[in-house]
Amino acid sequence: MSLTIDQSVTQSVPGPRPATHVVLQEPDAPQERRRSTATLRATDGYAIGGALVAALCMAALLFTSILPFNAPFGFVVVTYLLFVPTYALLVSMDESGPAVRDRVAAVVIHSLAFVMLLALVFVIAYSLIRGAQALRFINFLTKDLASTGPLDPLSSGGVLHAIVGTLIMIGIALAITIPLGVMCAVFLNEIPGGFTRFVRTLVEAMTALPSIVAGLFIYATFILILGFPKSGLAAALAMSVMMLPIIIRSADVVLRLVPGTLREASYAMGSGQWRTVWHVILPTARSGLTTAVILGTARGIGETSPVLLTAGVTASLNTNPFNGPMVSLPLQVFEFVKSPENTFIIRGFGTAGVLMILVLILFVAARLIGGRAPGNLTKRQARRRVAQSIRDVERMSGTTDSTANVTETTTPSP
Amino acid sequence: MSATFVPVATEEAADAPREVVEVVGFSDRIFRGIARGSGITVLAIMSLVGVFLAVRAAEALQSSGVSFLTTQAWEPDGGKFGIAAIIVGTVLIALVAISLAVPMAAAVALYISEYAPRRLKATFISLVDLMAAVPSIVYGLWGLFFLQQHVTGLARWISTYFGWIPFLSVEGADPTDPLSPSTVYTSSSFIAGIVVSLMVAPIICSVMREVFSQTPAGEREGAFALGATRWGMIRAVVLPYGKGGMIGGSMLGLGRALGETIAVFLIISPVFEIQPRILENGTSSVASLIALRYGASSDFALSALFAAGLALFIMTLIVNFIASTIVARSRSGAESDA
Repeated sequence: MSLTIDQSVTQSVPGPRPATHVVLQEPDAPQERRRSTATLRATDGYAIGGALVAALCMAALLFTSILPFNAPFGFVVVTYLLFVPTYALLVSMDESGPAVRDRVAAVVIHSLAFVMLLALVFVIAYSLIRGAQALRFINFLTKDLASTGPLDPLSSGGVLHAIVGTLIMIGIALAITIPLGVMCAVFLNEIPGGFTRFVRTLVEAMTALPSIVAGLFIYATFILILGFPKSGLAAALAMSVMMLPIIIRSADVVLRLVPGTLREASYAMGSGQWRTVWHVILPTARSGLTTAVILGTARGIGETSPVLLTAGVTASLNTNPFNGPMVSLPLQVFEFVKSPENTFIIRGFGTAGVLMILVLILFVAARLIGGRAPGNLTKRQARRRVAQSIRDVERMSGTTDSTANVTETTTPSP
Repeated sequence: MSATFVPVATEEAADAPREVVEVVGFSDRIFRGIARGSGITVLAIMSLVGVFLAVRAAEALQSSGVSFLTTQAWEPDGGKFGIAAIIVGTVLIALVAISLAVPMAAAVALYISEYAPRRLKATFISLVDLMAAVPSIVYGLWGLFFLQQHVTGLARWISTYFGWIPFLSVEGADPTDPLSPSTVYTSSSFIAGIVVSLMVAPIICSVMREVFSQTPAGEREGAFALGATRWGMIRAVVLPYGKGGMIGGSMLGLGRALGETIAVFLIISPVFEIQPRILENGTSSVASLIALRYGASSDFALSALFAAGLALFIMTLIVNFIASTIVARSRSGAESDA
């Protein structure tokens, strides 16, 4: 119908193209009201509010005089279960079938998402709140547990040994996994062939390795067969076995995103493979690689099980990873909460808080450094690059005496 | 303007293809050597883990034979051990976790990609990714000190009214006695499953959200232009497009749930018999068995633990393999960082 009208209009207008038809405002026409384009309408609010009130009343009636239920959790669930059909009923009074389904789906998705996010935030807040009591004391971060027993108050002793232990272990693990992992990812991308495919398949399979099995492997080889004592080094090795496939896999994905044109441009300029990797591919993928490494680190820091089998447990500060047991933050949490003593449990929550703050710092660092596609610059980088290219133009045109010349040369003449 | 130069064919000999000679420079040769070397090192480490696992497990597997898969007890030094009970426990915990986590994660992913206000989107994405990086021991602590005490009421209610479903019944509980102790409802597969579900939900959610957000804008707008409601558009465009990613993400979460050690270890009280009643006290998992028994082990008992570890590894390997195959075959691309 509308199509025919359009055609007739087009035909009636002389000339090759239909002109835009402008309606002239009559001088005495009433002021036009701006149409509301908001997607939320007042009736939606009324329907939700009304359904909520109705559901609350029905649930209250059920709980107080009809059913033998009394749990507050049950009250919330029953209210919700009554709310959804009531809302559907209210909406169906002035909407058609698909619209009713749309509204109900929106309500269900919103509420499920809200419950989930709330539960996750609650889990984290719970640890932080219960641990806050321990975190208030500065000695919690500056002392070790060597002279503190389960009955001592929170004002003595702390988890410095676990913080130092975690940092040493992850440091050694990173010293192994970063060069090996990134180089292996480069290998997977640069040197294609059957062998590469085999390595890639194996690495992908190994991302499924449960962390406890990585710990068991180092425990059986390094400690039982080679006869080394339980130490920070053994724990770092177990962490490396666990982190290596994770880092290689995500670095591989990032390197694959480097545009092929950049690589070809580099080859076309006559540079070799090594030059291309070092000057083009790695710098382009730098932010993504950093993110891959940092997220792998967060994963490695948080795992308890590889450390549980390999590091041993100590209460005093040990900075030598080659000798003597060394404890990490998650393992220290685990040791604390095994004790029935209340102060130790509070210390356990406090240690979990320290661990989460460490992970948060790593995560924020990953977000600040990474999270940008290759070639997507920050404002500062873009400014620096513009300045660089102005200098280049200056240098090439040979006019370096005055700024006036520079502006002339940088603005391209039409 | 320079015209394109077209060579005119003459009677001379036809153009022979130029011989391509690849000259590999000195630095490139070293680079390739190092790259190949690191590939070989990684290959060696990874296969060493796998081979060592298999070799150490072989001793125990040879002595027990097929009964390794059917025995429920775990007394390696007495010669009577098998993974029937612990595999059932592991799978039950993982199934509870996945059946809770997948709908929740899908809802959060849909909310973030379709419903959330644009200003809050980036915040929610960061929040979910951060949750995925939270150490599992934090979830374990919450389960041990909070959930354990507060969920017994729910467990009692479910077993009272739905006890006629076999796996929801609880032995040794008397629903008619309101003062019966609630300890029979603690340390169950159900509680461990809830904790693991919270742990894996952010991982599943971030894979799903990534896939949903890649839905082609043209198809979305096409659906809206045909008059679809938002939910209609989601059902007709987003969900079919993201199906592969949803299944793949859930499988990745399942793999993590199967291998989770410490959160489960803190909550369950191990039993070595097949215990299919998920609400009842007592269950077991492979990873927590290893954490429990690695220390006081004889050489043979350690070999038995390796056999259990091998079984777990093979299970997670199969799950991961299926996940990556599904994700790779689907339209939604290979966005599946484990």
